[in-house]
Amino acid sequence: MNWSVIVPLLLFLVIIFIIGFWASTYLKTSDSFLQEYFLGGRQLGGFILAMTMTATYGSASSFIGGPGAAYTQGLGWVLLSMAQLATGYFVLMILGKKFAIVTRKYKAVTLVDFLKERYESKWVVLLSAASIIIFLFSAMAAQWVGGARLIESITGLSYTSALFLFAASVMIYVIIGGFRAVALTDAVQGSIMFIGTLILLIATIIAGGGIPNIISDLTAENPNLISPYGFDGGLTPLYVSSFWILVGVGVVGLPQITVRAMSYKNAKSMHRAIIIGTVVIGFIMLGMHLIGVFARSVLPGIEVADTVMPLLTMEVLPSWLAGLVLAAPMAAIMSTVDSLLLLVSSAVVKDVYLNYIKPDASNQRVKNLSFGVTTVLGVLVFLIALSPPDLIIWLNLFSFGGLEAAFIWPVVMGLYWRSGNKYGAIASMVVGVGSYMIIHLYFPNPFGIHTVVLPILFSLVAFVLGSMIGKQRQKASAYVA
Amino acid sequence: MKHGIDEHDSRFKIARREAWIGIILVIINFVWWYGFAYGLGSESVEEYGYVFGLPAWFFYSCVGGFVLMVVLVTLAVKYLFKEVPFDDEQEETS
Repeated sequence: MNWSVIVPLLLFLVIIFIIGFWASTYLKTSDSFLQEYFLGGRQLGGFILAMTMTATYGSASSFIGGPGAAYTQGLGWVLLSMAQLATGYFVLMILGKKFAIVTRKYKAVTLVDFLKERYESKWVVLLSAASIIIFLFSAMAAQWVGGARLIESITGLSYTSALFLFAASVMIYVIIGGFRAVALTDAVQGSIMFIGTLILLIATIIAGGGIPNIISDLTAENPNLISPYGFDGGLTPLYVSSFWILVGVGVVGLPQITVRAMSYKNAKSMHRAIIIGTVVIGFIMLGMHLIGVFARSVLPGIEVADTVMPLLTMEVLPSWLAGLVLAAPMAAIMSTVDSLLLLVSSAVVKDVYLNYIKPDASNQRVKNLSFGVTTVLGVLVFLIALSPPDLIIWLNLFSFGGLEAAFIWPVVMGLYWRSGNKYGAIASMVVGVGSYMIIHLYFPNPFGIHTVVLPILFSLVAFVLGSMIGKQRQKASAYVA
Repeated sequence: MKHGIDEHDSRFKIARREAWIGIILVIINFVWWYGFAYGLGSESVEEYGYVFGLPAWFFYSCVGGFVLMVVLVTLAVKYLFKEVPFDDEQEETS
């Protein structure tokens, strides 16, 4: 085992724990357990908000899968990944102040709370809670596999013990500290992601003998690597552009991101978060994917794309610094997983249990239940991740697209289109998720565009038509009565 | 709408305007990104120009586009976005 790499990683875990314990003290003093545990009492400032959005969004695919794909594809993949720059400002600008004001009036703690109050429909609540639980559960499993693989490759522990170490560290601070612990640790994790990217980018450029040298190495190997079309010319402009829907504007529909758009203190925090978030996400995405491309000149011939980032780090950095930089993907994975765990738990406790099973549960009971559900979910994910499915990026994007297709229009149109109603919302979710699954399984990437694009269009049509037809039905029944 | 939400609340007008700014920014972002990437990048690789060692299409589209968006977003937030209160206890008590 390589102790000089492991020590900085352990140090990182210790810091995360301390924050978790500190955040848990707020839970004791807060008078509303639910608001505090699942939303941090709506007290996030600009920096923490920007970091928790970026870090939640940036995951195993940004630090492991993404650079690996860039290693294979060349600069065309960096171009594709830059569609994610939009997430830095778009989500907060679109949901923005209206979402903040409306969710406060509704006293909403989860995205589903917002939908419940907006559409006043049991089916909207059940459908949305179910999509969150199913899709985010699979996303979580994928991320845990990524986290465990990473620990495995760095420390030489077996996969099972690596997974156990990872699961235990995440679960402890999420369970005891709730949203505030998640957001604060995200701020630390996001900073580590930023600094790690910077260090590794500089070290890789130096190891490759400067950018011109690296680029000429790549050109000599395969000129396509420095074109926007991918190593075999397979990245068409249409396909690459369609990622603006999947990882750019569509992110508005991701519940783990939207819930953050209701957690901030005031307009000033939102304004700061937009600027900081754009800088941080742009830098991390550009930096990490460029690192992946440059790695090809420094370490040619790596077969398994997912190992590019760890191998490169060990190659170009002294081992104590490698430990620090490898904490970055760890941080990226942990900061995604902690948010997902808490979100799925809130869907079970708040959206299902408190809405339909026992609305008058006491504060103490909700508290115990929240801790309990979070624990059980964590253990379940651990068990699933024990026999891991293969492609991290695939599973991750599957849940991504499914959630976007389900939520984007009920959320956005719910905010800005007054005539939108529950018929529209239900139609939109059913059509969105249904067509996503069918296209994903039977006609992937139709007409050379990413699978997610058509379902998002279909669900918009369904929302509008459903709302209009539903409205007429309401009117008609009103006349009869 | 329900829950005492007044659609004519002046804060919602501000929110709506800012959402449009977000849409305009994302369109500028996309056009810049696409234009440079496939405008300059579609030439044959031998004819590429280079900036700081990177192919020109990539430099302008991805590095330049990133810097451009940071500047535009900062300007938009500083000069076009308005600070509004989120809680309206004062309104309700008055």
